[in-house]
Amino acid sequence: MSDNIVEIDNLSFGYKGRLLHKGINMVFPRGKVVAIMGGSGSGKTTLLRLIGGQLNPNVGEVRVDGDVVHKQSLDGLYQLRRKMGMLFQFGALFTDLSVYENVAFPIREHTDLPESMVRDFVMLKLNAVGLRGARNLMPTELSGGMARRVALARAVALDPQIIMYDEPFAGLDPISMGVVCNLIRSLNDALGATSIVVTHDVHETFTFVDYVYFVSGGVVVAEGTPEELTNSDKPFVHQFVHGEADGPVPFHYPAPDYKREVLRGHDV
Amino acid sequence: MFKGLQGALSSLGHRVIEGIWRIGAGARLFSYICFYLPEIFKRPRLIVREIFSTGVLSLLIIIVSAFFVGMVLGLQGYNTLQKYGSSESIGVLVALSLVRELGPVVTALLFAGRAGTAITAEIGLMKATEQLSAMEMMAVSPVARVIAPRFWAGVISMPILAALFSMVGVLGGYFVAVPIVGVDSGAFWSQMQASVDFRDDIVNGVMKSLVFGVVCTMIALFEGYDAPPTAEGVSRATTRTVVNSSLAVLGLDFILTALMIGA
Repeated sequence: MSDNIVEIDNLSFGYKGRLLHKGINMVFPRGKVVAIMGGSGSGKTTLLRLIGGQLNPNVGEVRVDGDVVHKQSLDGLYQLRRKMGMLFQFGALFTDLSVYENVAFPIREHTDLPESMVRDFVMLKLNAVGLRGARNLMPTELSGGMARRVALARAVALDPQIIMYDEPFAGLDPISMGVVCNLIRSLNDALGATSIVVTHDVHETFTFVDYVYFVSGGVVVAEGTPEELTNSDKPFVHQFVHGEADGPVPFHYPAPDYKREVLRGHDV
Repeated sequence: MFKGLQGALSSLGHRVIEGIWRIGAGARLFSYICFYLPEIFKRPRLIVREIFSTGVLSLLIIIVSAFFVGMVLGLQGYNTLQKYGSSESIGVLVALSLVRELGPVVTALLFAGRAGTAITAEIGLMKATEQLSAMEMMAVSPVARVIAPRFWAGVISMPILAALFSMVGVLGGYFVAVPIVGVDSGAFWSQMQASVDFRDDIVNGVMKSLVFGVVCTMIALFEGYDAPPTAEGVSRATTRTVVNSSLAVLGLDFILTALMIGA
C-alpha cells in the first residue's frame, strides 16, 4: 500500500480551448491535511473534480488508493467515491430534506442498517459538528456556517478515507471560520482520514494544515509546510501570503493599453 | 455580403449541430432512465412522492379547466347543432371532442405549464446549487434518485389526469346542455353511450396521453438537467420546457391522430 492515498501525475486539463492545468504533480499522504491554494480561477476546484472523477484529464492521471480514476467504469468510479467525502463550497444540502435526513442520506443509500442504528450514526456525526440540536431544522433555516457544518457531517457520514473541502471558509464570520478549521483538523485525526482543502484563505489555513501546494497559471508554483512558505522569498508566495495587490499575479486582467483605449473613444 | 452569408450559414450550422447534440443527449438520458427502472421498484416511496407533486398538485388546474372547457363545448355545440335540429347529439359531440382530442391535448399543455416547469426549475436549481454534484460524489446516481422517479411519476400521472379532464369536461358539458339550455338528459347520456367506442375513442385517447406523458416529462427533465447552472440558465430552460412541450404535443397529436384514423 502506497504512503500516498491520492497521487496526481503530470496532469493537464482544459476545455473550450483553454488549458487550465499544465502538467501538475501532487501527492497527498495518508493521514495528512493538505491545502491547495491559489487565486480565484486558478483551477483549484477543478482539481477536486478531477480527483472525484467528475472530470477527466486531457493528459496524465489521478490515482486514488492506487486506482486510476478516469479509467474506472461507472461502478468502479462509484466504488472509489465511497472512499471519499466532499464538502461543497456552499454545502449543497438537499433543500427538501431536514438536517437529520441530509446526514442520513448517504447512510440510507449505501447500507441496510436498521433505523435505530441510522439514528445513532446521524446523532454521532451531528454531535461532532455541534449541531445535534438542529436536527429538525430545514437547510433554509440554517446560517452559512451551520449549513457548512451539516454538510461536513454528511460528508463524513460513512467515515471516508479522503475528505475534500471546496472553499470551506468562503463567506464565514471569524467565529464560524475558527470552528470549521478545528473541525477539519479534529475530524481528520479522529477518522484517520486524509483531507484536501481547496482555499485561498492563507492565515486560517496555515494554522492547521500539514502541507500546502500553491497553484497559479496552471502549474504548481510553490509547495511546502506552512512554516517554509511563510518564510519563503519566492515572489508569488510572498505576494499571496502577504496579500499584496500587484506582483507576479497582476491586478489587471490582460487588456490593451489604457491610454490608447481611452483615446479611441467608445469602441468597446 | 459574402461575409454576411457566411455568418448566417455558420449560425445555421451551429444551431443544427446543437439541435442534433441535444436530441442525442436527451436520448442518452432516456436510456439511463430506462436502465435505472429496477431501482424504482426498490423504492416505490420516491415515485409516490413525485406522483403527489406532479399529479395530485396539478388536479385543481386540470379540474377547473376541464369544467370550463366542457361548458364552452356544450354552448358552442348546442349553438351549432340546433341549426340542424340535432341538439340531442350534444352529448356525443362533447364526449368525442374531449376523449379523442381535448382531454389528452389540453391536459398535456396544462401539465407542461404547471408540472413541467416545476420539474425543470427544481432540477435546474438542484444543479445550480451543486446538489446533483453532491449526490454524484456520494456515489448516488442523480438519474436513479432524482430523474427516473419524476419521469415515471409523470408518465403515470398524465393518463389519469387526462381521464379526469375528460370526465369533468363531460360533466361541464352536461351542466350547460341539460339544466341551462334544456337538452333532454336521457338523450344526452344515451347518445353518448351509443356513439363513444371504447377501443377507437377511449383507448386511443389514453394512448395519446401516455405518449404526451413521456414526451412532456422527458422534455422537462432534460431541460432541467441540461440547464446552465445560473439564474438565467434555469429561467431559459423553464421557458424552453413550455415552448418545446407545447409544440411537441400539438405536432405529435396530428401524427397520432393520422395514424389512429389510418388504423
